[in-house]
Amino acid sequence: MNTELLGITASFVLMLIIGIPLGKYLAKIFAGERVWTDFMKPLENGIFKLSGINPNEGMDWKQFLKAMMAINLLWLVYGFFVLLYQDKLPLNPDGNPGMTADLAFNSIISFVVNCNLQHYSGESGASYLVQHFIFMFLQFVSAATGIACAVAVFKAFRDKTTTDLGNFWNYFLKSITRLLLPLSIVVALVLTFNGTPSSYAGKDQFISLQGDTVHVSRGPAAQFIAIKHLGTNGGGWFGANSAHPLENPSYLTNMVEIVSQMIIPIAMVLCFGYFIKRKKLGWVIFGVMMIGALMLLIPSISSETGGNSAIAKMGIAQPTGAMEGKEVRLGPTATAFWSTFTTIVSTGSVNGMHDSTMPLTGLWQLLGMMINGFFGGCGVGVLNYFIYLIIAVFISGLMVGRTPEFMGHKVEAREVKIAALITLLSPFLIMVGTAVAAYLFTNHGNADWAVKPSAWLNNPSFHGFSEMLYEMTSSNANNGSGFEGLGDNNIFWNVSAGILMILGRFLPIIGPVAIAGLLAKKKFIPESAGTLKTDTVTFGLMTFAVILVLNALSYFPALALGPIAEFFSMPK
Amino acid sequence: MKNSNIIKSIRITLVLTVLLCVIYPVLISMAGKLSKGQGNGETVTLNGKVVGCANEGQKFDKPQYFWGRPSAVDYNAAGSAGSNKGPSNPDYLKQVSDRIDTLLKYHPYLKRSDIPAEMVTASGSGLDPDISPAAAKIQIERVAKNRSLSVDQVSQLVAKNTEAPLLGLFGPAKVNVLKLNVALDELKK
Repeated sequence: MNTELLGITASFVLMLIIGIPLGKYLAKIFAGERVWTDFMKPLENGIFKLSGINPNEGMDWKQFLKAMMAINLLWLVYGFFVLLYQDKLPLNPDGNPGMTADLAFNSIISFVVNCNLQHYSGESGASYLVQHFIFMFLQFVSAATGIACAVAVFKAFRDKTTTDLGNFWNYFLKSITRLLLPLSIVVALVLTFNGTPSSYAGKDQFISLQGDTVHVSRGPAAQFIAIKHLGTNGGGWFGANSAHPLENPSYLTNMVEIVSQMIIPIAMVLCFGYFIKRKKLGWVIFGVMMIGALMLLIPSISSETGGNSAIAKMGIAQPTGAMEGKEVRLGPTATAFWSTFTTIVSTGSVNGMHDSTMPLTGLWQLLGMMINGFFGGCGVGVLNYFIYLIIAVFISGLMVGRTPEFMGHKVEAREVKIAALITLLSPFLIMVGTAVAAYLFTNHGNADWAVKPSAWLNNPSFHGFSEMLYEMTSSNANNGSGFEGLGDNNIFWNVSAGILMILGRFLPIIGPVAIAGLLAKKKFIPESAGTLKTDTVTFGLMTFAVILVLNALSYFPALALGPIAEFFSMPK
Repeated sequence: MKNSNIIKSIRITLVLTVLLCVIYPVLISMAGKLSKGQGNGETVTLNGKVVGCANEGQKFDKPQYFWGRPSAVDYNAAGSAGSNKGPSNPDYLKQVSDRIDTLLKYHPYLKRSDIPAEMVTASGSGLDPDISPAAAKIQIERVAKNRSLSVDQVSQLVAKNTEAPLLGLFGPAKVNVLKLNVALDELKK
């Protein structure tokens, strides 16, 4: 095996070695059992006391969601104004200007919803104050919000019949003090000792070997990059994200970064099983997700290492694969590996430019974000999968002619309606968004915006269409990666992507929590011979089929116009 | 109820801001002072003068130096970006074809199939500090000629500056272009 394949194999194994025990640990924390990190308790109690919160107060699903929405609203409003006026605030050594209103709107939503789509470049678009006090802060708390909401759903199925989903503040704070902060400290230390800057100094300047004057952007990046991955956020300190040689200086840091973005999504799935004391359910879901992930991963690696056929035609050697938009120290194999995981788990950080990947790789990236439930982002991945699960329960129930049940609760019209609406939401938002963008590009090319629609696309033809489709998909999936050639810092993309991000975040959180709350209230029906068992391999396959069919039906036409058409237009 | 949620939100946001935006990053920053480069990123020096950042590529186009990869930002490290050109874009393919011609002009001894793809494609960051050993190898003859050195001498220097995969097992081998060129300049004395 070559060293590039060995490298990704090692990364994959590390993800499992860390992710699996982490799942057990999380289940214990959220169940309030004793764990070794209990030394954090005085700190947590102090924070609760200062905040006037009683963490033991139970909440029903509506109270839970109200608390969650209240704090998110606060972050949106407060962050928006800081972004607008960052030029007048301290910690801005490079003198970066304040954001325009539409860019601030887009950027603040982007970080509150754990998306981290960036229409600015870190080096010139955000002060250190904004990077730390707004963006990095939100990277912690948005991940914790997602995890807290997932735990509420878990809690609903732990008890037989209950209205109590636990306390939002309790889950929220513990996600930070017991998980995100300690892991971030470890990862940030690894990064800073391997070449990522961590000091507050501004741009540096020196004379290069050839005699040019060079300016070098830097800053306290290691702290930010750690939580950017652990929290499946993905926003880059530098414009080029983790392709940047200071953001991701070596193959070692690359392994650390890819592993850290996968461990919490993996852990959350297993945590579900352990937490509700149905270990097997966790493992079946894990299996379905892993098969899905591998089905996207393997063809991506093969298409990237195969190289660009148009360049092969020029007689150039592509010994490791396609190199446009990639870095030598990482190589095409690790870049393809990363591109799959970053799109399925909604991190959206990149270590190579997705816009320059091969057409089929682009297809798998898009599909990963469209499905958005193969592990998925911190907390929200499990919630997305939960919706697929409800649909699968419903369809299976119809097929065998029984009332559909999940975990001893009847799934009835109201719950299925919510699940169906959430399922239809993504294709609706992505298709309408892309259609409007394509319409504007075609018919209103000269609209007087910061970037005219006729200048939006960095590539012609099918690939140009993919750029627009990718942006809408990434926004809706709260992924945040992009086909970055798109000229997206203008009012249309800032506003439309902002709306998609906010709907694509909160509705898929509110839906599952509501369904779980409604189900948990119902009478518990003990399992009998007639119960449809949801923790079997058969049911896992059923869910897998539901995921594939739903997404194929929704997205195939759009994908055919973009990456699939481009693939067939390439020389053989 | 709503109101009290907002008050709680404001209070916990303030407390967490102190923990996550002051204590955590300052702690890491202090630890970073102990790293190579004191948390500012490692630098490379020549004759006691800093000539660059070890991890960031520089523009090299003079014939006596090894060249790095094409860059979409012309190695301006105040920013960073890839070309974001799609694989089927005709303008892009023309650009690649022109880069091949330029390379062949300066390295007349090469066949097309000797040229590794990274030398005619732009990197993801525009600041890629490295090239593959194969990409260094094709430049040896030109550099040697322009410095009146023997091919052997330059080859040895390339071998010395080739970094093996992590632990010899993981990831690609690479050559840091800036460090290699600094080593060349040091050789001249």
